[in-house]
Amino acid sequence: MSVNVRIPTILRTYTGGKAEVAAEGGTLGEVIADLEKKHTGIAARVLDDQGKLRRFVNVYVNDDDVRFEQGLATATPDGAGVSIIPAVAGGC
Amino acid sequence: MAVQTVETSPATGATAATGTPAVDFGPASGLSCRECGTRFELGPIFACAECFGPLEVAYDLPLGDPEALRKKIESGPANIWRYAPLLPVPADVADKPNLNPGWTKLVKADNLAREIGVEPGKLFVKDDSGNPTHSFKDRVVAQALEAARAFGFTTLSCSSTGNLAGAVGAAAARAGFRSCVFIPHDLEQGKVVMAAVYGGELVGIEGNYDDVNRFCSELIGDPLGEGWGFVNVNLRPYYGEGSKTLAYEICEQLGWVLPDQLVIPIASGSQLTKIDKGLKELIALGLVEDKPYKIFGAQAEGCSPVSAAFKAGQDVVRPQKPNTIAKSLAIGNPADGPYVLDIARRTGGAVEDVDDQQVVDAIKLLARTEGIFAETAGGVTVGVTRKLVEAGLIDPALTTVVLNTGDGLKTLDAVAETSQASATIKPSLEAFRSAGLAG
Repeated sequence: MSVNVRIPTILRTYTGGKAEVAAEGGTLGEVIADLEKKHTGIAARVLDDQGKLRRFVNVYVNDDDVRFEQGLATATPDGAGVSIIPAVAGGC
Repeated sequence: MAVQTVETSPATGATAATGTPAVDFGPASGLSCRECGTRFELGPIFACAECFGPLEVAYDLPLGDPEALRKKIESGPANIWRYAPLLPVPADVADKPNLNPGWTKLVKADNLAREIGVEPGKLFVKDDSGNPTHSFKDRVVAQALEAARAFGFTTLSCSSTGNLAGAVGAAAARAGFRSCVFIPHDLEQGKVVMAAVYGGELVGIEGNYDDVNRFCSELIGDPLGEGWGFVNVNLRPYYGEGSKTLAYEICEQLGWVLPDQLVIPIASGSQLTKIDKGLKELIALGLVEDKPYKIFGAQAEGCSPVSAAFKAGQDVVRPQKPNTIAKSLAIGNPADGPYVLDIARRTGGAVEDVDDQQVVDAIKLLARTEGIFAETAGGVTVGVTRKLVEAGLIDPALTTVVLNTGDGLKTLDAVAETSQASATIKPSLEAFRSAGLAG
């Protein structure tokens, strides 16, 4: 499964400045593992020491927040868009 | 006056450079990650590059001579800029074009106190509907505007549940910025009009606030958003500091005394955390005597992720899909939720919620007892206050300050159905007598 991953500004040091990169994987966890192979260091920014999504990272597969789905086990269909976004934005 | 560093963040770690600000940020010394403590230079950034944690402003505050500082503040303007020595703004900030918000009324609410079982003289409403665009958002936008000026942005933007859009539009108009703000497409008409009237671009997004917020977060990383200052995204560390002025004002208006209990609405949770930060700064500066205080958070039941986590004893806030009339608080994925939990537990407070009917009842209760017409967020805080008093969690003998953060004219729909004319009569004394309203 090939997906397009939208990279937030603070992670673009790992992708050579690219805002969007391709990755392989049938689940979000596999996609992040593939990202790590291609862009070493990126997984440690997104995942905590226990390998879970950090609490201030939001990830969307297409339009769905993976926290409402199956987290890292969320399926990533071929051609899906994955968006990694800092969670600290917004609000009052 | 001696200068020392006061930080409310964890110990600092490595320093990461992000650019040099073009102008003076007053006592602000840098940005610090609230999660891991990594330090950054002042810049238009909001998330930690190490752990994605929220960045907040660290200061070299003017410690050492509280009496001189108190006099300086008291002789300042009757707006938030009286606290300029404690904010990330230049000393001459009051001379720049902005809306000069703040110094709103702290109303002694004896009538309301009697109704909900609090000792008269002990209950106060901090009525922030008195700000220029009728909500507390003018405070935070004023800070973000100064940061936008400093970083050379020319467009001011935000994701908004309505109040912020109006505050950004108005501030941009006054300061000569372009504005382009984003809101959920189904907001209350009053808030749409109040945001559009200032002449900037207003864009409705098909989705809820969390969808709008996601959109703005993506826009900021795209060339389309280049040169834009999003007050609650890339300017969020500065923006949030505006809420500290609520803490400063409440204490000064109480005679430089800490309140014992505060009831604060929770949307993202930023306001509550910054009020706590402000209270701690006042203690560190010696402007108030240190004593325990309790902070209570208030949510609407239809969007109560923080309240649910508090009641379940959890540290993690599970996002919810909002469904409440309190749209200004309808953030299902609150960025500062975990910190709200920490503060409520640390201070011995709580987080509670009320349903939509209780919100409406509380709006009308505040209106008929104190003559204050609150928006739905004010109904949430008053409703939660009543609930917490009944539950014995708020001590009726201690000073309690309840926040009203916006004007009821913005959310007329909430009470329109049950707030109509008592009678419609012909213009005659007989008709009036017959209506039985002569008292």
